[in-house]
Amino acid sequence: MAGIEIRSLRKHFGDLHAVDGVDLSIRDGEFLVLLGSSGSGKTTLLRMIAGLERPTSGEIHIGDQRVDGDVPPRARGIAMVFQSYALYPHRTVFQNIAFPLEASRTPRKQIEEKVRWAAELFSISRYLDRYPRQLSGGERQRVALCRALVRDPKVFLLDEPLANLDAKLRNTARDDLKRFQRQIQTTTVYVTHDQVEAMGLGDRIVVMERGKVRQIGTPQEVYEDPVDTFVATFVGQPPMNLLDAGDPSLPPRTLTGFRPEHFLPKSVFGSGEDLRTFRFAVRRVEYLGSDRYVYGSVAGSGAPDATIIAKLPATITLGIPEGETQEFAVPRRALRYFDAETGLRRKG
Amino acid sequence: MKRVALYAAALGFVVFAGFPFYWMLVTSFKQNRDLYVGASDMSHIPWIFNDPPTLEHVKLLLGQTDFPRWVLNTLVVVVAVVVITVAVAVPAGYSLARLVGRWGERMGMGIFFTYLIPPTLLFVPFSRLISLLGLQDSLGALILIYPTMTIPFCTWLVMGFLRSVPWEIEEQAMIDGYSRLAVILKVAPRLIVPGILTVVVFSFTLVLQEFVYALTFISSVNKMTVSLGVPIALVRGDVYHWGSLMAAALFTSIPLAIIYNAFIDRFIQGFTMGAVKG
Repeated sequence: MAGIEIRSLRKHFGDLHAVDGVDLSIRDGEFLVLLGSSGSGKTTLLRMIAGLERPTSGEIHIGDQRVDGDVPPRARGIAMVFQSYALYPHRTVFQNIAFPLEASRTPRKQIEEKVRWAAELFSISRYLDRYPRQLSGGERQRVALCRALVRDPKVFLLDEPLANLDAKLRNTARDDLKRFQRQIQTTTVYVTHDQVEAMGLGDRIVVMERGKVRQIGTPQEVYEDPVDTFVATFVGQPPMNLLDAGDPSLPPRTLTGFRPEHFLPKSVFGSGEDLRTFRFAVRRVEYLGSDRYVYGSVAGSGAPDATIIAKLPATITLGIPEGETQEFAVPRRALRYFDAETGLRRKG
Repeated sequence: MKRVALYAAALGFVVFAGFPFYWMLVTSFKQNRDLYVGASDMSHIPWIFNDPPTLEHVKLLLGQTDFPRWVLNTLVVVVAVVVITVAVAVPAGYSLARLVGRWGERMGMGIFFTYLIPPTLLFVPFSRLISLLGLQDSLGALILIYPTMTIPFCTWLVMGFLRSVPWEIEEQAMIDGYSRLAVILKVAPRLIVPGILTVVVFSFTLVLQEFVYALTFISSVNKMTVSLGVPIALVRGDVYHWGSLMAAALFTSIPLAIIYNAFIDRFIQGFTMGAVKG
């Protein structure tokens, strides 16, 4: 068990600053998610923690050990699961899981016990004699997790372990993963580009972009109180609406942001609510079963053609005719303001 | 209907691939009269035995030339060159692909380009070198020179092959408790077995068909390789001993074809399948 301390960590590949000054303090037992699109530096950061990539500058501490210098991956007390699972193709499932134990010269009998215990935990006992190529994606992923588990690592590093699973499996795999982490209470760093995964799994989320940390916070903080327009539009599906409302009560060059689920026909709000009303020109309505997405634009805003999305839950059955302009509203407490130049959050 | 077309196409390929072998076989055992009469007699059917088969050409090849000796020489050279090539090209390709970073690719290209310099250009300086080392007219000359063709090509081949083997498996082994050296010695070899096999086959083939260097460095008949000895002994001026030439080609190509077929699955089979991706 150990926390991780990262101080002004940088990794430059020539002119490319893959990781550009990251400070991060990961608590013991925490499930931390690194969220970002490809090229945001999240995987490079993870690989530096693992020791697969040498930092250009900065410090990494795992527990009370400083590891950024010459500490090789095997001596860091970590276990890693790659997106591809990286199973040894010519070894059976049993031999795959036993591999790290063999490397540490664990006695034969203990290896046997430990592998069986881990395989039981992930319900893959039936497959111990098979080869990786004979397994499905979900089974391979569990073998990879098993192999990581038997090392008794101080830290788990997971690089998009669910990305290669099909959508149906991903939900259950996510649930398994979270339950398992709660059970063993090992510090976990999880890299993903999928914000649903990040929200569902993380105790805290680190949103990264172009090598820098944009925001660190609980899923709720990141969703409700994004620090800038990048986080606001990156987290949440569909993304937060941003528009220059031209409101005279606000300082000039201010963007008003609101989540699609807060943008509803005015008639559904109670009379006591403090509302900001918009004239919403509806272009198209998309029926998605549990929700309806309404696409349109807001008249009188800075960019009258910019697409604004409203997300109506199925409980609102009100007809929304396409091609007409309607009164839509957002509760004032759900509005977020950003500086149009810097993208940074403005209070108020 | 689709099946029929498929089988027809397959049959076409079988005929295409098998015909040269059939032709060699028939020619090797035909009497000379049967071989040459077609040139003047248009009613003669060339692809069947019109006269009874004969062992005359095979006897000429095995009895009156040093063919068995050439086969032995070839085997000695091939085995030595393959061993040298694997010992040099596999570690070289591995380190260029894995350890050097982005310079590896460029150096690999540079090494590959040396393969493109033709032997007809290089044999002059090489002959100087060989005589300096006192290796004229010995198999040692070929064993020394052939790796200059095989190593560059095979290094490049191993690099290309390693690009298809995910680096992550080796990284995983480093995390799982192995040092980099232990990974190279214990984990990597298993992953690149198909690559090594390909190297073996390519250097084998390159050596087997080589002519220019053999002609330059070998003058004694009993030190020749098959590719040199056969044309030298069986083409006399403008007289081609077609029967014996074909017999020699047949005897060398049939074992080769069998070996190729035995290994073809290993080349094509995605050996790393199941290791990565779902």
